[in-house]
Amino acid sequence: MKLGDLSLAQLRHRLADNDLALRTGPFVTRIHSPIPQVADGLLRLYADFPLDAGEFRDFHVRVGPPAGLRRWLRPQINFWHDGHSPFKPLPANHAFALLEWGLNWCVAGHAHHYLMLHAAVLEKNGRAVVFPGDPGAGKSTLTAALMLSGWRLLSDEITLVDRDDGLLVGLARPVSLKNASIDVIRRAFPDAVIGAPAYDTHKGTVAHVRPSADSVARVGEKARPAWVVFPRWREGSPARLSPHSRADAFLHTASHAFNYSLLGGLGFELNAALMDACTCHDFEYSRLDDALRVFAELAA
Amino acid sequence: MNLVQRCQPLLDVLRDPAHMATLDLAGWDLLLRQAGAAGLLSRLAVQAETLGLDASLPDVVRPHLTAARTVAAKQRQAVRWEARRVAHALTDIEGPVLLLKGAAYAISDLPPATGRLFSDIDILVPRAQLGQAEAALRLAGWHTQKQDDYDQRYYRRWMHELPPLTHIRRGTVLDVHHNLLPETARIHTHAGPVLAAAQALADLPGLSIPADTDLVLHSACHLFHEGEWGHGLRDLVDLDAMLRAFSLSPGFWPALLARAQALNLGRPLYYALDCCRRWLHTPIPEHVIAACPSQPPAWQRPLMRQLFDAGLASAHPTCRGRLVKLATFILFVRSHYLRMPWRLLLPHLLHQALRRNREQN
Repeated sequence: MKLGDLSLAQLRHRLADNDLALRTGPFVTRIHSPIPQVADGLLRLYADFPLDAGEFRDFHVRVGPPAGLRRWLRPQINFWHDGHSPFKPLPANHAFALLEWGLNWCVAGHAHHYLMLHAAVLEKNGRAVVFPGDPGAGKSTLTAALMLSGWRLLSDEITLVDRDDGLLVGLARPVSLKNASIDVIRRAFPDAVIGAPAYDTHKGTVAHVRPSADSVARVGEKARPAWVVFPRWREGSPARLSPHSRADAFLHTASHAFNYSLLGGLGFELNAALMDACTCHDFEYSRLDDALRVFAELAA
Repeated sequence: MNLVQRCQPLLDVLRDPAHMATLDLAGWDLLLRQAGAAGLLSRLAVQAETLGLDASLPDVVRPHLTAARTVAAKQRQAVRWEARRVAHALTDIEGPVLLLKGAAYAISDLPPATGRLFSDIDILVPRAQLGQAEAALRLAGWHTQKQDDYDQRYYRRWMHELPPLTHIRRGTVLDVHHNLLPETARIHTHAGPVLAAAQALADLPGLSIPADTDLVLHSACHLFHEGEWGHGLRDLVDLDAMLRAFSLSPGFWPALLARAQALNLGRPLYYALDCCRRWLHTPIPEHVIAACPSQPPAWQRPLMRQLFDAGLASAHPTCRGRLVKLATFILFVRSHYLRMPWRLLLPHLLHQALRRNREQN
């Protein structure tokens, strides 16, 4: 059964009853929330995702109002992972964004059976591109654009590297867009389904793009890494790939990874194997059309 | 349902790790949550591997255990490395310098070290060398962090340890003790005999660990006096693992009782033995408990049991009873009551409350 098979009323009911377990790639998360925004966001962005009827869940999370009198004054929202809240409460209208951050936190803080890089990853024709990249570099915009042009999304935030075979494992969860990039994607892809924006978060305005049906349907297929690309949006720049040193790419991904040092020697081996399997590039662009053309040629 | 029963899924496998082989998926779901919250998942994960259970476990469970073992292995390695840095920094201190608790277990491969997680490193130095030790550690990069004059005074005047030291580059936290309990505590103990009986570590020159009996007594007085109940069950598992292993050597029980008497730590030992036996079925002879040098009066026992049980069960929502908030509050007040006399405690609590109020505004 898929999440989208539920009506909004049914979904709200099951979320409020702590009776909804969502499968995203290798993880099953039980979500408990009385907040209508959470149900709305899930139905809009996760409709293609399967529900899990089993008795084992990897994560048990809740999004709801914190205890106390404040809820009547200026409503707030918090996230709990199995009774523990890792974040400070946020304004109530950030509920769905908070769920997304919470789900990322669950994976990044627990899934140490993978090497977890802070990078987006997509696949085309059996080969995957990894986008490490500094915040604000235009990684998510490019990720959303590629996904909406037929690339298969594995993840926009956490690249999971399987410790047994070095292949990349997908989550296919929504792509998080910030500020101006929301309108950029809206204009370039009028059919894209984008969730309700959360304004004035610590990252500015945030909105999520629904993953393509193909990405969700094939989330179980691992992908073979082929390219590591450091994207950078620069006004007026032509879309252009240029070589990037492998050693530097190694150091960058290692130092920005969620658990590189935690994995010790294995982290080194996995990241080194990833770099060996890839060619590494810088990529500058200003216009999405040009960028997409370059990537189409790359994957051809 | 009482608290011990609420924690049954976790207790079953702590008492007998082989029980993991019998769990169904719903059982695993609950166990991973309870064990994770109590900080005991990596211990179980290592035990599952040692027992050769891994291959027969459900596919969805195995990754959790692999991840938990990865964390434990990393922490173990980090603690060993950090201990080496401490030894290096304190080379010129006239010792002994003792590793306490987790670091001592990890360095000496004692039974509680199996899959254990750490939050900081604790060491014990002779009071006379405290100033020198602090200066040497500061030179090596360990500094006290954002504390005001009040905190500094509070620690230095009344406590049995320096304010926590944080390494400026690695962010690791070091607690430097000069006694097992605060100077102002209602129970007076002294570190002299513990320092004197310490065993030097062959592969870490300059560092020692306490004798077996003292490891047990320190763990007991830490758990039952300082009241960090968030990992109370983890600490009880430490005690259980040590008692099971140490009691195999003849003469351990009489030595432990005599030592508790000498260090004036009979009461925390009594509580430790009572809780270990009830929670983890630690094989402790009846006559040992009966001979414990300090015991609460009979009327207090049920009350103390209820309080400690609530503390031990506080880690995960499925373990907690209805009165957990009240019980943990009483335990919190108790830990302060034990730490210092009222004439010091009341001004201290008032200061903390006012500060919290200031920070919130």
